[in-house]
Amino acid sequence: MKVVVCVKQVPDTKGGVKFNPDGTLDRGAMLTIMNPDDKAGLEAALRLKDEYDAEVTVVTMGLPKAEEVLREAMAMGADKGILVTDRVLGGADTWATSTTLAGAIRNLEYDIIITGRQAIDGDTAQVGPQISEHLDIPVISYAQDIKIEGDSVVVQRQYEDRYHVVKAKMPVLITALAELNEPRYMTPGGIFDAYDAEITTWGRADLKDVDDANLGLKGSPTKIAKASDKVRKGAGEKVAPDSPDEAVSYIMDKLKAKHVI
Amino acid sequence: MGLEEYKGVYVFAQQVDNEISKIAFELLGKAKDLASDLNTDVTAVLLGSGIKGLADQLAEYGADKVIVVDDPELKDYRTEPYAHGLSEVIKKYKPEIVLVGATAIGRDLGPRVSARVATGLTADCTVLEIGDFPLNPIPNQEQKHNQLLMTRPAFGGNTIATIACPDNRPQMATVRAGVMQAIEPIKGAKANVEEFNPGFTPDNKYVEIVDIVKSVTNTVDIMDAKILVSGGRGVGSPENFAILEDLAKVLGGEVSCSRAVVDSGWKPKDLQVGQTGKTVRPNVYFAIGISGAIQHVAGMEESDIIVAINKDEDAPIFDVADYGIVGDLNKIVPQLTAALKAELGK
Repeated sequence: MKVVVCVKQVPDTKGGVKFNPDGTLDRGAMLTIMNPDDKAGLEAALRLKDEYDAEVTVVTMGLPKAEEVLREAMAMGADKGILVTDRVLGGADTWATSTTLAGAIRNLEYDIIITGRQAIDGDTAQVGPQISEHLDIPVISYAQDIKIEGDSVVVQRQYEDRYHVVKAKMPVLITALAELNEPRYMTPGGIFDAYDAEITTWGRADLKDVDDANLGLKGSPTKIAKASDKVRKGAGEKVAPDSPDEAVSYIMDKLKAKHVI
Repeated sequence: MGLEEYKGVYVFAQQVDNEISKIAFELLGKAKDLASDLNTDVTAVLLGSGIKGLADQLAEYGADKVIVVDDPELKDYRTEPYAHGLSEVIKKYKPEIVLVGATAIGRDLGPRVSARVATGLTADCTVLEIGDFPLNPIPNQEQKHNQLLMTRPAFGGNTIATIACPDNRPQMATVRAGVMQAIEPIKGAKANVEEFNPGFTPDNKYVEIVDIVKSVTNTVDIMDAKILVSGGRGVGSPENFAILEDLAKVLGGEVSCSRAVVDSGWKPKDLQVGQTGKTVRPNVYFAIGISGAIQHVAGMEESDIIVAINKDEDAPIFDVADYGIVGDLNKIVPQLTAALKAELGK
């Protein structure tokens, strides 16, 4: 079985967001991590490796620095890492990104492609389903459980108030939720090996069956008209009452003043 | 592609179990505004099996026209037959704008359809308006008028971007639930109903639904609640949510929670507030034992009044709270409930 996992390097928002004095986001001060949903997708793939001896190839698109997430993935147990990077691919929206990744994946053999549901920087959840459309294979989004049955996958697909148990013949694309599993840690031996492991780097010329008109900033149908760091609602009052009684009377006074009660 | 051929504002009218989802009415409300700015009309696209009877309801909420795609293959949501149905409607009717709810269905359907009809899609929009692109004239670049300007938060709500799709049609957006306003329904309104069936032939992309498991939890949608008592990991245990439930009850509110609580298995997903949960804007939001990660804040910061109780005085939730109380929730919450009981029982 061959599994391809798409991962993205994203700024870490969990370890605390850093702001500039003017209240805007200080991106330079934030660390980068493997996107959490993608990491769950990678873990799901590694479990298929543990159980079915699947070969796991990790693909990322980004700046040369994104090689770091591939090494992390390999330290966790992935077999191969492919970095898709090229200046002409920059500024891509989800259409151009999915076109690029599909062009890369066409060079690979796969039974299952796993992407994270969404990345914590863009939060669009679009790239996974769009890759599946470009490759003309079924997609199962929002997976909270993945099993193999013969030549098919059986996946729990999450909705707001229910889940569907969905069966699909491979090849199939699955988008993983972070709650799918608890990703494993890198092993010391894995880190050592990953440091030396060879990363394959592909550029525009290595993408299969893609049109330049659909790549990068120019090939992106959506265009940014305006972007700004959000002006957040400021903090209100903060009190540290000496006793619960004092805390309760403070809240009661506020609720009365605001006519809630 | 002649962009001017594309006309009308279309709404994907999501239904589940043959009941129209609230998001469809919200989208129709917004579509009416956009259509009036563009001097065009509003069409609802209804896909399902045995759903023709629902068309009048869409008319009452503002649809001038309803396109009904009724086929047994569309009984329960699956990506492929639905993507085929909506794409074929787009190819045949050529809408200028297509709005889809940013639900667990719409966030799967939208990208698949947009890729098939080769247009852009902007995710999770919170503001939609008609305007110029570029916003201000730029030398040597044509400024296009009557464009759909789609505004969305990104980065867990820390940045906002306004996006246009000037050269492709339709302009597609998924829209966050609970943000747009439905109109007051016009009783007895009728729409021009048109049936359309592009044919559904199962292929490799049709998956099989083996089972449907509905969560058997509470029935009230937290997005409808006027008062929310929301708990985080700081509540300590699933049993301890009882004190939040007592507080909610005395105020006529509902209990919701943070992602950490769902991840720990203490509460079901449909009670989760935040970027990957629901966006809520109640009159009062109690954040109890919630640290206030930006992903959580993005889902509740529009609440009218935010009251936070947390023992950690540095918790980021205090940065958005109107009233922040540093203290022990285990003592404060039960006493507050008792005080409210006494007050409201007067």
